[in-house]
Amino acid sequence: MDTILLDHGSGGLASQRLIKEIFVKHLSNQILDSLDDAAYLELNGKISFSTDTYTIDPIFFPGGDIGSLCVSGTVNDIAMLGAIPRYLSCGFIIEEGMDFDDLEKIVESMANTAKKAGIYIVTGDTKVVPRGSVDRIFINTSGVGEVIMDTPLSGSSACPGDVVIVSGTIGDHGLTIFSTRKGISMDFDLKSDCAPLNKLILELITRIPQIHVLRDPTRGGLATTLNEIALQSNVGIEVKEEDIPIKPGIKEGCDILGLDPLYLANEGKFICILPKEYSTNALNILQKDELGKDAKIIGQVVDSPKGKVILETPIGGRRLLSMLEGEHLPRIC
Amino acid sequence: MKSNERQEINTLLQEIDGLLSAPFRFMEVCGTHTVAIFRTGLRSLFSDKLKHVSGPGCPVCVTHPAEIALGMDLAEQKDVVLTIFGDMMRVPDHRGMTLKELRAKGAKIEICYSPLDSLKIAIENPDKEVVFWGIGFETTVPTVGATIVQAQKMGIENFSVLSCHKLVPPALRFLVTSKDIEIHGFLLPGHVSTVIGVKPYEFLAKEFNIPAVISGFEAIDILQAIYLMIKMDIGGNVRILNQYTRAVKAEGNKRAQEIISEVFRPHDGLWRGIGTIEGSGLEISDKYSKFDAKKRFDLKFQDVKEPKGCRCGEVLQGKISPDKCPLFGKKCTPLSPVGPCMVSTEGSCAAFYKYGLGSND
Ligand code: SF4
Repeated sequence: MDTILLDHGSGGLASQRLIKEIFVKHLSNQILDSLDDAAYLELNGKISFSTDTYTIDPIFFPGGDIGSLCVSGTVNDIAMLGAIPRYLSCGFIIEEGMDFDDLEKIVESMANTAKKAGIYIVTGDTKVVPRGSVDRIFINTSGVGEVIMDTPLSGSSACPGDVVIVSGTIGDHGLTIFSTRKGISMDFDLKSDCAPLNKLILELITRIPQIHVLRDPTRGGLATTLNEIALQSNVGIEVKEEDIPIKPGIKEGCDILGLDPLYLANEGKFICILPKEYSTNALNILQKDELGKDAKIIGQVVDSPKGKVILETPIGGRRLLSMLEGEHLPRIC
Repeated sequence: MKSNERQEINTLLQEIDGLLSAPFRFMEVCGTHTVAIFRTGLRSLFSDKLKHVSGPGCPVCVTHPAEIALGMDLAEQKDVVLTIFGDMMRVPDHRGMTLKELRAKGAKIEICYSPLDSLKIAIENPDKEVVFWGIGFETTVPTVGATIVQAQKMGIENFSVLSCHKLVPPALRFLVTSKDIEIHGFLLPGHVSTVIGVKPYEFLAKEFNIPAVISGFEAIDILQAIYLMIKMDIGGNVRILNQYTRAVKAEGNKRAQEIISEVFRPHDGLWRGIGTIEGSGLEISDKYSKFDAKKRFDLKFQDVKEPKGCRCGEVLQGKISPDKCPLFGKKCTPLSPVGPCMVSTEGSCAAFYKYGLGSND
């Protein structure tokens, strides 16, 4: 059995084998193993629920693959509400002819990431479609988690006077995908930052429940996410370009390729907005963790101009940092 | 290093401010300068007395609607593969139609990074007519010329160029002779000047007493150039100076100039919002006429108008700032542009929309 055939999605014997030999083998847990039509779950209190579909090209890239991405992506989204992610579902759409080993590698990577995040993949579905109907593999993951904050965190809670922190260097994922796709190699260790952030976030929100906003700057990058927050909260945000952590190699790579790191996707970073008096504490917590070691304060929330993000440039000038418009890089996640 | 640059910039800004007793309007005529001035935040540091105006420096933007119509015509012909620079894809024509839409309907349009890519497509598809749509200034012309020479050498029969190339110095002459345009100095384009050198600009100083400085693209380059411009304006010793000596030689690039005059000859160029400027365009010379798409397909200019309500013509001449266009940011945004100045990343309207904090006029 070296390639996936239409039979594997038929629901018949071949499907059964695929489920046993790949999915159950790697993702096994009590709930999934029952193999019933639905997963039976126990959850407490308020729920955070999120879904995302992953169509990334290429499916394997330095620092991760579509498997690690589809677990950490949804786990992170659930966590941003101030929640503990618990269970994930996964739906596969696989192109006929895909390498069996590649699929196994992806599922293994999902299992490893789920373990890292401390969550269970409890139900799933597989469809195989004729060649050309999808590009190798698309995966949907949906998941639930328990909200542990009294009021869930939201992009609309930023207040003038708050401080804006970013949990680490930005642009890594976007540039990795772009350059891998184009076959360009960089002369430094370029890799995606793809990682589940829920444990770091749990520590942060339990120790600093005063946090106002958590958001992960995925598609559209830091610039777009900051703009979304500014709009949702009806505030202005001022950011200092020099303080935004960007690896020197990423900066150079972007210059050469005509990309702006502030608009590149990230898959293992988050923005944290909180009252100033808690910012030092937050930085300490973040910087002690490998996933937050490059965390920095990059700016502040102001009263006006409402709904806009202003960038202070290295020479001390000011300009608008606008929302990504038009020049979107497709299939980045 | 960084704090030094900041220091230097502050000092220059103060000195410029000290020199100016009346408002000084300078114009840049290069899309890269437009973007640099916004993106570095330099524009926000100019005092009220220093006015920045963008001129006709964005290649996509200056392409006349009648020229756009020719390209659209070609794209609609059955056996033609039209090869273009990416920005052209989203420029609306007089009907509001774009090449992107034509492609979705089945027209064969390929994006190229260089005219050589286009020649390659021609070699690989001998049964198709491959046309490269040449737009841009003296910077891009030499590679287009070299590609035509190459095609001639290789005996390629199915390749041609729709030349909509434009020359910067004649446009500058047009601007300084227009009565209703007030410019006290020019920030001259770094890239174009690497090809043409200093001499073609000399008429600005000699005939019109307008100082002009060829400048690099860092904030500090631009500010130094502005400083030199103002110094000349006040001191009375008006010349053309070259601030960008690390890239621009006084005589320019001789080899590139030779290719241009070998393959092209000046003719009357059509500019958006302006119309014809004498000697400001380039057409393919007789020696290479079989590569001239206008002749090959017997293309004729039609009488077409600007997109309705779009004021790109005035924006390109620095007559109005983009946010004075009633459509700016409302009906016209980078996502659904009405005119080319909002399409191209180098267009004034797009730069204003993306980086602008408000008008400097
Ligand atoms: S804002 Fe749009 S419509 Fe107005 S001049 Fe610029 S491109 Fe034309």
